[in-house]
Amino acid sequence: MDDSMKMCSENVNFFYGRQQALKEINLNILPNKVTAIIGPSGCGKSTFIRLLNRMNELVPHTTLTGRIYLDGQDILMPCVDPVEIRRRVGMVFQKPNPFPKNIFENISYGLEVNSIRNKRFIEERVVESLKKAALWDEVKDRLYDSALNLSGGQQQRLCIARCLAVKPEVLLFDEPCASLDPISTRKVEELILELKKDYTIAIVTHNMQQAARVSDYTGFFLLGELIEFDKTEKIFKAPEDHRTEDYITGRFG
Amino acid sequence: MKRDIIQKIGFFSLFLSILITFSFLGMIVYFIFSRGLPVISWDFLTQPPRNAMTEGGVAPVIIGTVYLTLGSMIFAVPLGLACAVYLCEYSPKSFVVNVIRISINNLAGVPSVVFGLFGLAVFVKFFGFGVSLLSGSLTLGILALPLIISASQEALIAVPYSIREASLSLGATQWQTIRRIVLPTAFPGILTGVILSIGRVAGETAPILFTAAAFYKRGYPKSIFSEVMALPYHIYALMTEGAHPDKQRAIAYGCSLILLFLVLSISGVAIFLRQQQRSYHG
Repeated sequence: MDDSMKMCSENVNFFYGRQQALKEINLNILPNKVTAIIGPSGCGKSTFIRLLNRMNELVPHTTLTGRIYLDGQDILMPCVDPVEIRRRVGMVFQKPNPFPKNIFENISYGLEVNSIRNKRFIEERVVESLKKAALWDEVKDRLYDSALNLSGGQQQRLCIARCLAVKPEVLLFDEPCASLDPISTRKVEELILELKKDYTIAIVTHNMQQAARVSDYTGFFLLGELIEFDKTEKIFKAPEDHRTEDYITGRFG
Repeated sequence: MKRDIIQKIGFFSLFLSILITFSFLGMIVYFIFSRGLPVISWDFLTQPPRNAMTEGGVAPVIIGTVYLTLGSMIFAVPLGLACAVYLCEYSPKSFVVNVIRISINNLAGVPSVVFGLFGLAVFVKFFGFGVSLLSGSLTLGILALPLIISASQEALIAVPYSIREASLSLGATQWQTIRRIVLPTAFPGILTGVILSIGRVAGETAPILFTAAAFYKRGYPKSIFSEVMALPYHIYALMTEGAHPDKQRAIAYGCSLILLFLVLSISGVAIFLRQQQRSYHG
């Protein structure tokens, strides 16, 4: 694999039971870029992104073949600890899933489980993460309120802050705006563009405009296959495969 | 018109069923209160029995029930909770585990007198604990185990998968996720289950019949190997043994009232907690 890649999948096949969900996926994720994965429902895009931090192995009766590299290291090797990979490759989920704890604890949790005990350090990191996630101004006076009292959009930014606190290298977004209103969606998108400076980002979305707005590279998935992967501009202006064109012009999907 | 009448008859018979059910409940409470209340006094609650169980109070009996219940929970809560966590969080979804799960549910249906005989054979005789607080607590604990396991399992299953996922995605281990996210979230549900099983255990007679209970014992239990007096068995004994049935009957009603009060207030706490939990989850 190329040294300039942050992450890279090589001939990845994935099965739920006997049903093949991904076929021979070869996809590169470049550092400090946003890579979008688009495609109709059930095309395997979420399945793929969840392989990148080894979340899918929690699902029983699944099989995975191929290789997935992070900084040149194959993360599927038996000697690799998935817990360590998940710390390095963070994930924001489709539905906001804050813990039923207060705002501060939601963010400090990731540090504590990674054996960070220094209270002052934790406090600083919590504030820093909330600021980076553009949530600080809205919650600074109620850090000890339950996170469940926040609005959906705030909860999603809290989940992003929670993710940032453990300083991952790669951020995976699995349809992060699927349950948000347009204003919250815009905030999250602005945030993604801001975070690109420090992180490598992959985002799954079935909103094509969103992919066009936030991403540098786009991959189009259809029925478990990666149909086309290129610079976002190219995909949206001059796609090579007619199926990509059909999808982005709204002829199906 | 005919449909209207049929509907009215239907509603009326449903209402009647509720009325009948409720009147039984009301009658139980009324009889126990009207017969038990006259004997309740400060001395009745704080003094030991006197004159061959015909006078004095029932303090050691109340204490015995409290000890037995506490003992059974010390045994059953950690064990039951551990089983529930294993079954919900760790066990593979295999045939064997399903059989275990079904067996535990069936265990809840075993008649309590069978548990009593088991306790006699195993704890009293085989382990040689004798008829004692320890044997009784262990027997009651086994009775409570399936209740605690199934209540805890329900509480654990109710914890959304999404927050487990969130925890794991931050680089937490499965054990950290269980201890710091899943268990605290499930806690109110688990507590409700524990409290309900306390209510059940406190009122059981058959399991302590051969394993722990004594009709009369001077003073308070001194060690875990002492025989104890306990409310449910005491009521039974007062009504079936002794030389002064009339005087004893009054005391039995007093004991019933105390037991009823204990069990109802314990259930009340459980219902209150469950309500809290509902509002918490929105």
